[in-house]
Amino acid sequence: MLLDLLALALIAVGAFFFVAGTIGLLRFPDTLCRLHALTKADGLGLGLTCLGVALLAGTAGEVVRIVLIWFFVATSSAVCGHLIARHVRRAANAGGR
Amino acid sequence: MVEPLLLFDALLGLAIVALAVAVLTVHDRFAMIVLFIVFGLMSALAWVRLSAPDVALAEAAIGTGLTGALLLTTLHHIRAAPAAPVPVPGGVVVANLGLCALIFGGLAFAFLLTPLQAPGLAPAVAQNMAASGVGHPVTAVLLNFRAYDTLMEVVVLLAAIVAVWMVERGTVQAPAPVLGEIYRGFSRLALPAIVVIGSYLLWVGAQAPGGAFQGGAVLAAVGLLLLLGRLYRPQPAHRPFARAGFVLGTAVFAGVALLVAGGGRLPFEYPAAHAKTLILLIEGMVTISIAVTLAALFHGREPEAVPVSEKSE
Repeated sequence: MLLDLLALALIAVGAFFFVAGTIGLLRFPDTLCRLHALTKADGLGLGLTCLGVALLAGTAGEVVRIVLIWFFVATSSAVCGHLIARHVRRAANAGGR
Repeated sequence: MVEPLLLFDALLGLAIVALAVAVLTVHDRFAMIVLFIVFGLMSALAWVRLSAPDVALAEAAIGTGLTGALLLTTLHHIRAAPAAPVPVPGGVVVANLGLCALIFGGLAFAFLLTPLQAPGLAPAVAQNMAASGVGHPVTAVLLNFRAYDTLMEVVVLLAAIVAVWMVERGTVQAPAPVLGEIYRGFSRLALPAIVVIGSYLLWVGAQAPGGAFQGGAVLAAVGLLLLLGRLYRPQPAHRPFARAGFVLGTAVFAGVALLVAGGGRLPFEYPAAHAKTLILLIEGMVTISIAVTLAALFHGREPEAVPVSEKSE
């Protein structure tokens, strides 16, 4: 029961960070600021959500799968953020010349 | 009693319809593709809610992931060679509208004619599961009871790559973007994991959601990562291997059917003792073909004898 409540709280806080990231994506002025909001908030949101779901998981195998999902989604979203930021910087450099 | 997830389902349905409208009405091509990818992800979620995880996996891997990648790479090449937009002839618009109306009418007709609450073929499948050689009903239908349909799907994929290699022979290709060291490091990290996940999806398909098409699509992502990171560059000398990969699945699939038919049985009437082995053999070979074909579709053109000039990295 306590574990369920804790999991629920973690998932709720995770969802809050996703919402905050989405608001940042919609409200911030340029691509780099938006990226900043999105990657930070999503990273935290994903971690908290995975933690909450892992607490609810029944077997060790499920926990391992959730950890793997967390690892690969977190890594790929960080790499995506890097690629977008890199593209923005190159486009700005090309435009400034 | 109201289902607790009814609100979620209603919102999901509305979101899918809204996304479909947005895809068709938005003017920017890039936004169109991104919306289409989101549309595919929401559809996959809808399939999960309809208790069809096999379709959800296929929708997410092929309908969303790979189709999105194909659309984006096409956009990349279109942007590199800007041509004046050719106005679509009125006759084509009318013909398209007519065909769409025909398909919609056919679907509506079939939907209205289907009796409600009918058991369908599910009991027949459940009765014959023991003879199928696998433990997952979807795989039993796809690879055993209705294997002929699946063979035709594999042939469609083969025809697609033949057409792409023919058509794209003379087209100008934009140089691929240089993605840098971090991307390369990521692809080195992700590649082994994708190979494991794709093989797992293939293997688990005998007992649980998964199978050749889902596994093949995930394995095709290996090809995409290699091509994007330029860890692999297609060479003209590799064409025979690629061709062998394209036809492998179709050849083994048809070959097994003919061999089985040669023993005085119907095609695809596998001997019960060898059913699982034969199904896994077919699925394994079809998976390789699907992965190679989808990756080649992403690359687009046939590797040419003259190397395409590329930007220095």
